[in-house]
Amino acid sequence: MNAMAVPLSSYIALSAVIFFIGVAGVIVRRNPLIMLMSIELMFNAANLLFAAFARAWLQNAGHIFVFLVITVAAAEAAIGLAIVVTVFRSAETVDVDDVALMKG
Amino acid sequence: MVAFWILAVVLLGSAIWCVTAKKPVYSVVALLLHFAALAATYLTLNAEFLAVIQIIVYSGAILILFLFVIALLSSGVAPFATGPDRLPKIAYAAIPLVLIALGFLAWALARTTVATPATSTSSTLGPVGTAGVFGSVADFGTALFTTYLLPFEVTALILMVAVIGVVLLAGDSPPDVPSKKHVEEVRREMREAIVRGGDQ
Repeated sequence: MNAMAVPLSSYIALSAVIFFIGVAGVIVRRNPLIMLMSIELMFNAANLLFAAFARAWLQNAGHIFVFLVITVAAAEAAIGLAIVVTVFRSAETVDVDDVALMKG
Repeated sequence: MVAFWILAVVLLGSAIWCVTAKKPVYSVVALLLHFAALAATYLTLNAEFLAVIQIIVYSGAILILFLFVIALLSSGVAPFATGPDRLPKIAYAAIPLVLIALGFLAWALARTTVATPATSTSSTLGPVGTAGVFGSVADFGTALFTTYLLPFEVTALILMVAVIGVVLLAGDSPPDVPSKKHVEEVRREMREAIVRGGDQ
């Protein structure tokens, strides 16, 4: 009754690989939009893990957490894109290496 | 079982495409594919409500926001279309190494066994859509508005802070503080308007 068609460890492995693809995107790419999209990839990897564990334990607390994470991710995307627009307006650049105003 | 592996291939391929695409627009398209496949994966995990809000919120709202910003910033500005790529050529030699490392990570995680309870703890599996069945929208709503009411309300606060922040960041600069003379003039006009309204 409780058995999953695919073992939980497969979902964990898939989620880990997607998460690290997102990490690589944030580290390697210098375009702020693609960096934000990589952060979304990491959010989604964590959400997949929440849903998989909720299914394994048959408790919907994981679903609630995914709902909250999606809300926070929406707020994060809106704020991040607003910062990108503001920086682009003043600095006329899309390379995050050139935006070092707060580096000191 | 087969569906999981097909979805896993689509998820990994679209994630790699999203990270490596030259133009941000292609990244958005790859991310759209990724989110659609993830919604299907949620369906295989009996989480139909999550699948629906994944499509509505991510594909419908967040990706459109990304597209709007790309369209807004790339109009008339050539360099924004192709993002700067700072990856040196020698890094391409590291790609097979990274793939081997990711494969090893996946293999090591996939061969471990995770302890799960033998029997159901709170709800059961069964026909979709009825209350008391795992993943049903009725149970989700009940839990969200009773047990998890406080996090839900905090979510509203977070969204409000985000809206205010976006308006402050991207909105127009605030107008100058009005001079005292201007304030007096506006007050006089308002008083006269009130008196005129009283006469009628």
